[in-house]
Amino acid sequence: MASVTADKTLDTSGLNCPLPVLKTKKAIEELQSGQILEVISTDPGSKADIPAFCNRTGHELVETVEEGGKYIFYIKKK
Amino acid sequence: MASERLAIIATKGTLDWAYPPLILASTAASLGVETAIFFTFYGLNIIHKEKQKQLKISPVGNPGMPMAFPPSVKKTPIAGQLAGLMEAVFPGPPQIMGIIPGMTDFMTAMMKKTMKDHGVASVEELVELCKEADVKLIPCQMTMELFGYKYEDLIDGLEPPGGAATFINYVLEADKPMIIFT
Repeated sequence: MASVTADKTLDTSGLNCPLPVLKTKKAIEELQSGQILEVISTDPGSKADIPAFCNRTGHELVETVEEGGKYIFYIKKK
Repeated sequence: MASERLAIIATKGTLDWAYPPLILASTAASLGVETAIFFTFYGLNIIHKEKQKQLKISPVGNPGMPMAFPPSVKKTPIAGQLAGLMEAVFPGPPQIMGIIPGMTDFMTAMMKKTMKDHGVASVEELVELCKEADVKLIPCQMTMELFGYKYEDLIDGLEPPGGAATFINYVLEADKPMIIFT
């Protein structure tokens, strides 16, 4: 259970590299600065790739939750 | 002018070799890096209207291919039995499969199915995602002439054909240039 509330949720379940990152990029573009995007992924690669995306683009990875084979990321738009 | 630029050279025209340049380019663009792919030699097939749909995996050209059939194929009822039979009859390295008529098509179909099951985008989808992300797709002028490909044979939305100088200039205009060869 995450401690932050999302403004928008993106579910990439079943998709593999590079789609979770590409869809995250598109989804975050639709948010306002400071809003939180929740990204759900089943791709184990996204565990490293989403933080790398955040590191590169300057958006803040606020929290990561792992539950039942799903990786859930909370990203705050810069 | 861009501070960072990534340029990828795509030279191979098989299904498996089409993926690395497209995945790297679309992702780099999503990470805010100006990106271009230079399609040369068989890499041109990735952006050729007809040939794009016919890309195949080639067992002959893949001596390092660890397996003839993906595990998920072996689990499917009919294809799995056929795969098992093929491996029993031809127990050698997977390259041998390539000389059996129809085998390349069969293995390509199996690979495409496996990819779909694993949520891997198709080549066409990835090319579209590259275009959406403003990746510059540059066909090689010299190879087009060599292969007899017209600009209109290629997919829409490409940059004008360019040569080696165009490509090198694109990369070195950036403060931090990077080239990947695939």
